[in-house]
Amino acid sequence: MTTPLLEVKDLSVSYGAIVALRGISFKVEAGQVVTLIGANGAGKSTTLNALSGIVKRRSGQIWFDGQDISGMRPDRVSRLGLVQVPEGRQIIAPMTVLENLQMGAYKRRDREVQHDIENIFARFPRLKERRRQKAGSLSGGEQQMLAVGRALMMRPRLLMLDEPSMGLAPLLVNEVFRIIQDIKAHGTTILLVEQNARKALKVADYAYVLERGTISHQGPAAELQNDPQIISAYLG
Amino acid sequence: MQASNPVLKLKSAAITALVMLGLALLAYELPDILDKKVLSPEQHLTTVIWVGSVYSLFALGYALVFSILGVLNLSHSAVFMWGGYIGVMSVIRYDVPIYYTLPLAMLGGGIIGVLVDLIAFAPLRRRNAPRISQLISSLGASAVLVNLAQLEFGTSPERFPRTTLKELPYEATVARPYTIGWLGAEFRITPLQVSIVVIAFALMFLLQYLVARTKTGKAMRVVAFNQKVAGLLSISVGGIFRLTFFLAGALAGAAGVLYALAYPSLTPFTGDEMALKGLTVIVLGGLGSIRGAVLGGLLVAAFEVYATAIGYSWLKDALPFVALFLILLFRPQGLLGEATVKRA
Repeated sequence: MTTPLLEVKDLSVSYGAIVALRGISFKVEAGQVVTLIGANGAGKSTTLNALSGIVKRRSGQIWFDGQDISGMRPDRVSRLGLVQVPEGRQIIAPMTVLENLQMGAYKRRDREVQHDIENIFARFPRLKERRRQKAGSLSGGEQQMLAVGRALMMRPRLLMLDEPSMGLAPLLVNEVFRIIQDIKAHGTTILLVEQNARKALKVADYAYVLERGTISHQGPAAELQNDPQIISAYLG
Repeated sequence: MQASNPVLKLKSAAITALVMLGLALLAYELPDILDKKVLSPEQHLTTVIWVGSVYSLFALGYALVFSILGVLNLSHSAVFMWGGYIGVMSVIRYDVPIYYTLPLAMLGGGIIGVLVDLIAFAPLRRRNAPRISQLISSLGASAVLVNLAQLEFGTSPERFPRTTLKELPYEATVARPYTIGWLGAEFRITPLQVSIVVIAFALMFLLQYLVARTKTGKAMRVVAFNQKVAGLLSISVGGIFRLTFFLAGALAGAAGVLYALAYPSLTPFTGDEMALKGLTVIVLGGLGSIRGAVLGGLLVAAFEVYATAIGYSWLKDALPFVALFLILLFRPQGLLGEATVKRA
């Protein structure tokens, strides 16, 4: 096996006296969809934020594409292609849809930015219709598409999605998971954090279960889907 | 719903009483005010515009830092004073041609601004200190800058040497009349004052353009909106902060030179007088709003100039604060400010 695209070793994070992550280790192989499932407060978002450099780690190492990125600043991490779509979408409400997408290409100097914007509009026609509208005026589903589109503008090598289905109507949830499969089909590796374990396990190749800051289970998604313990705890 | 709250009831009663008192005073004084002829009102208008443009330019630095970082930088007035000294002393000590003083002071002000960020703000940000600590830290930076100026330049007033000003074309300090044809109004304004207005508005326009149109300006707005998102979008948040402080410092430096050109009495304490005016300007116009700072600067100048014009010069410094008080009561976000910017 080749070296994984992302490898996390013994990562610990605490907020003051509260320990959020107690030495977790996991891997993401290139081309896969890996999901991190678990209950509220298990440490899923903390994990992504530690990878992105937003939250300081107490100990542990993070390797991305063979490079030690532990303790690196968020803007450096994202420039390497480790891109996060944060929880709650976090689009820039006072800017237009188009400006949001352009901000995704903030550090890009190549000539294909316009081409990529057209690609995203082709993938999400709703965004094209609303390109001149303020992003804050979009519906929840449209905002999620904009958040994903903006992240794709950064040409991620590993896209980290934090609860992309949160707060969306069931029909839109299905749409979000269809988009995830689509992104994978285009060759982008994905690390997916979800509370909706059933759907997450369906699109994922491999899964880790987080429980109070530690990894309690792991395995190929198809196996975990049939694990009686997982079924009773997360799929019941 | 509001009326049922006894505290709010008391508050609104107090407000009503104050406003009534103000109106009564005004009614009492009004005949007197109307009686006093304001000599050549158009002349005062020109004063309002050129003094106001310097106020606006200065106050913009507060607005800029506040809009990006959400903190008031109370050392801004000291950077302004330093800008004035850099301009004046470079002429007095090193015979620098007067045309170079503006860019020199802007560069110097910008560098001082960045140093203030590195020393007074950045360490607190790293520790996630509350905003009030940063405010107090900037007040400390201000005191240090004022003391350094005292050490270096002494406390007796400095000015651009008269001979240097004469180097400027068209006898810059001599007022010449301009008549506006069909209004029949006559303005007396010196070429120097015209230059001050033009330079101040050009700089303000440039800043507005930078923030609203350029990629860097948009990155600044993203940082202002949400620092986490900015980092995730590969924007160096620390870099944007330093740029913001550089720009604010450069504006202060420019305002300092323009002020020193206009008033021949620069002391290390000049900044302290301007600080209150500048803070009034941005609260009047709307914290963090560029257009608001421009409007606020002109308003504060108008209060001062017209109070003096109608013979109430003793009210000159009080009037802006009366306006400030009323604004805080009835429109706390300022004239052009947006009602509470949502921070995620």
